[in-house]
Amino acid sequence: MSEPAKRKRTLRAWRGDASGGKFEEYTVEVDQGMVVLDLVHRAQRDAEGAGDMACRWNCKAGKCGSCSMEINGKPKLACMTRLGDYAPDEVIQVQPLKTFPIIRDLTTDVSWNYEQNKKIAPFTPPPRPEGDYRMKQKDVDRIQEFRKCIECFLCQDTCHVLRDHDKKAPATQPAGKPPQGFIGPRFMIRVAQLDMHPLDTVDRIPKLKEEWGSGYCNITKCCTEVCPEHINITDNGIIPMKERVVDRFYDPITMLLSKLGGGSKRTVQK
Amino acid sequence: MALDISELQTITHDVIVVGAGGAGLRAAIECSRQGLDTGVVCKSLLGKAHTVMAEGGAAAALGNADSRDNWKVHFRDTMRGGKFLNQWRMAELHAKEAPERIRELEEWGAVFDRTADGRINQRNFGGHRFPRLAHVGDRTGLELIRTLQDKGVHSGISVHMECTGLGLMMDGGRVAGMVGYWRETGRFVVFRAKAVIFATGGFGKAWKITSNSWEYTGDGQRMAYDVGAELMDMEFTQFHPTGMVWPPSVAGVLVTEGVRGEGGILRNKDGKRFMFEYIPEKFAAETADTEEEALRWLQGDRDARRPPELLTRDEVARSIYNEVKMGRGSPHGGAFLDISHRPADYVKKKLPSMYHQFKELAEVDITKEPMEVGPTFHYAMGGLAVDHDSQMCPKVPGLFACGEVAAGLHGANRLGGNSLSDLLVFGRRAGMGAKEFIDANPGLPKVDEARVKQLIDQAKEPLMRPDGENPYVLHDDLRESMTRNVGIWRDAEGMSQGIADIAKFRERLKNVKAHGTSQYNPGWSEAIDLHSMFVAAEATARSGLMREESRGAHSREDFQGERKEWIKYNIVCFKGDDGEMVVQKVERQSGPAELEKIANASIEDVEAGRV
Ligand SMILES: Cc1cc2nc3c(=O)[nH]c(=O)nc-3n(C[C@H](O)[C@H](O)[C@H](O)COP(=O)(O)OP(=O)(O)OC[C@H]3O[C@@H](n4cnc5c(N)ncnc54)[C@H](O)[C@@H]3O)c2cc1C
Ligand code: SF4
Ligand code: SF4
Ligand code: FES
Repeated sequence: MSEPAKRKRTLRAWRGDASGGKFEEYTVEVDQGMVVLDLVHRAQRDAEGAGDMACRWNCKAGKCGSCSMEINGKPKLACMTRLGDYAPDEVIQVQPLKTFPIIRDLTTDVSWNYEQNKKIAPFTPPPRPEGDYRMKQKDVDRIQEFRKCIECFLCQDTCHVLRDHDKKAPATQPAGKPPQGFIGPRFMIRVAQLDMHPLDTVDRIPKLKEEWGSGYCNITKCCTEVCPEHINITDNGIIPMKERVVDRFYDPITMLLSKLGGGSKRTVQK
Repeated sequence: MALDISELQTITHDVIVVGAGGAGLRAAIECSRQGLDTGVVCKSLLGKAHTVMAEGGAAAALGNADSRDNWKVHFRDTMRGGKFLNQWRMAELHAKEAPERIRELEEWGAVFDRTADGRINQRNFGGHRFPRLAHVGDRTGLELIRTLQDKGVHSGISVHMECTGLGLMMDGGRVAGMVGYWRETGRFVVFRAKAVIFATGGFGKAWKITSNSWEYTGDGQRMAYDVGAELMDMEFTQFHPTGMVWPPSVAGVLVTEGVRGEGGILRNKDGKRFMFEYIPEKFAAETADTEEEALRWLQGDRDARRPPELLTRDEVARSIYNEVKMGRGSPHGGAFLDISHRPADYVKKKLPSMYHQFKELAEVDITKEPMEVGPTFHYAMGGLAVDHDSQMCPKVPGLFACGEVAAGLHGANRLGGNSLSDLLVFGRRAGMGAKEFIDANPGLPKVDEARVKQLIDQAKEPLMRPDGENPYVLHDDLRESMTRNVGIWRDAEGMSQGIADIAKFRERLKNVKAHGTSQYNPGWSEAIDLHSMFVAAEATARSGLMREESRGAHSREDFQGERKEWIKYNIVCFKGDDGEMVVQKVERQSGPAELEKIANASIEDVEAGRV
């Protein structure tokens, strides 16, 4: 264990709400093996004035994606970030995700993400055959990788399209205009997962290009770097989806075939 | 202070479902499917409920991995695992309906691990005769909740997230809705509905070492108890044998039973595989008695019996506890759980989040070295007593309960994997039950203004006090007391002490101060949630004190072994006229002859279809 027993740590936490705020420092006793979320909890309990510090968490084991925050400048899960990873006297600075509107202290309003998910047509298989659906493990390995997503939204927080350019896809896309924003890496892999599902029958590619703004992504791979589930977001999800868009819209042969109805396994367009 | 009820936000639905875990979402989908205007209320963000943490799988006798499996074998396993205190009808419905609920989930987008012939794969788990758990690596709960969430949002359900229920309103004899507050703003809200479904989960947060999240404070149990519902089987709290024990900050975090299902071996500090010493008489015929046979089983020999590591949770947890007590524990007071004899790639594929969890939180590579594990509070078998078919609480018309908050399916001990299937089977049934109730009682009940005011005033107290005690410290004291006094081994003295402690804690709660405002204030939530934890903890201790035997998850140092007379009773708790908790034995109905026969038959007879 790199963290020696019983010592003190200083937490520098952003306190405030939409109207403004500032960093406050709390120095509390810590135990061996603690993670940043433990430090926040310790401060809530023991530090003067920290009892009402807002912070989301549920599982404390990297499974629910609630405790996302920026820790010493990096988007991370507080429950999976060990104090032992920092120098013994290093101050731990925590602040809310920058890309989303602040609610209070370490919590942000992530409802925009839920809105994006609603736009994506759900899984639509053909009727269940006599017996069962059959799928080979090797044919679902790829989509199982995407389904590991715990919706921590760290990738969304990091993606410069959303973070620095504030190009979040708006609630409605005006007809005939280029896409007004981007749904972000989390929902790129959601679409990829549906599109690569051996049983799905919906075509989401046109919307991906025209409304969900896949073109905004310039493959910087920052999203992949922060994903706590180690999902290969860019290489396995985004790039193949961008290729499908290109194949469909810029390759005359595929386009012709798909217009004739023979080029694609997809049938319904929603 | 004055409160104008007419200025409060009011939200009306045909039905409100409290809880957005597997049970709540499945219930809401059913309600919506039945044409009801459905609202879901939950304390956390959508998709973060406790269900997301479930690892190992969902039990259903699909018969994909072993064609000998069928509902009767599953039913028999469930009854035996529950030491025959389960409600017969619920165990029957569960075993019969689980396979269809799993297939339906696949139709809604769940992607389970596959068998070689492309069907849903199933894994072994403790107490299940055959490989029965549909799973996705060790993140089955995530798959379940995400699938239901995606299905739900496209079924027109309204979701009210980060909103905590405070208490129920009644109108005449029937439930009329719930009062709650938005965590974000601290504002109060009245939900009006013709029926309410509780799917609020368990109450492990009253114990110190637990696998449960902050949401598990027993709110549903307490809110229903307050309006007259009965809590049943509360003495049966499951201690999962394998929680992490080191480092201290992660003590209690779960290590899935899937590790043992995939061949994990338990050893003590001397390297001895001790579970062979603890095989109870009634499981002896179905359990391997040599390491050689256990190995053959792992290699797929159908004639070999199951390794003793896969005995039911109560047995394994007590065995580990005993090894530690006899001085044969691991360095941090647990046992060694070893899966490193299996190929590293296989372990990473089948148990990815365990690999991750140990690597990142304990610096242990489970493909190379053993884990240290010990018992952790995991699951509440007890909860609200419900009608077996409709899931309605008999004493509170219009109130339904499903999932972990309800009692009955699991009896004295739940089998791993039977919870996720429980959520699906009885979530759906609660939705159907609510529909039937609303059809028969179509009017919208009235708001009870006095009650609304009372609930709001009570909730505000900790904020209004000028000064007082720290709610976090009171919570820690409760957890200490429960773990010490109402833990894995119990006796009359300890449980009485626990009850006395709770009485003192209640007094202290009257003086708790939450600093700050009502906006997203965890200290304030903590103060409110303590009311619920006290009810759940008291009911556990009182029921435990009454049951003078050891059965399933309830182990008494002063009354060891099962006692025949006690198989006849379930224990219920309810709020007496004077406001104090009343504890009572209720005589069990004997099961239908056909079910009794299956449950008591030999495994050979069940498999051969002779019963
Ligand atoms: C680590 C872990 C692993 C597990 N693995 C397995 C497994 O492999 N197989 C298995 O079968 N079981 C497993 N279980 C058990 C199983 O996960 C749970 O029993 C089950 O998920 C409970 O589901 P639920 O729908 O009843 O409640 P939950 O999923 O817990 O949901 C409760 C909901 O109620 C809401 N709520 C609570 N109180 C209030 C309130 N006052 N106001 C508003 N909303 C409220 C919460 O916000 C939440 O949305 C595991 C449990 C744990 C902890
Ligand atoms: S790769 Fe694309 S989605 Fe990911 S961070 Fe870069 S621009 Fe954003
Ligand atoms: S893809 Fe990874 S980083 Fe993005 S939300 Fe999912 S788990 Fe988080
Ligand atoms: S608390 Fe669940 S991911 Fe951190």
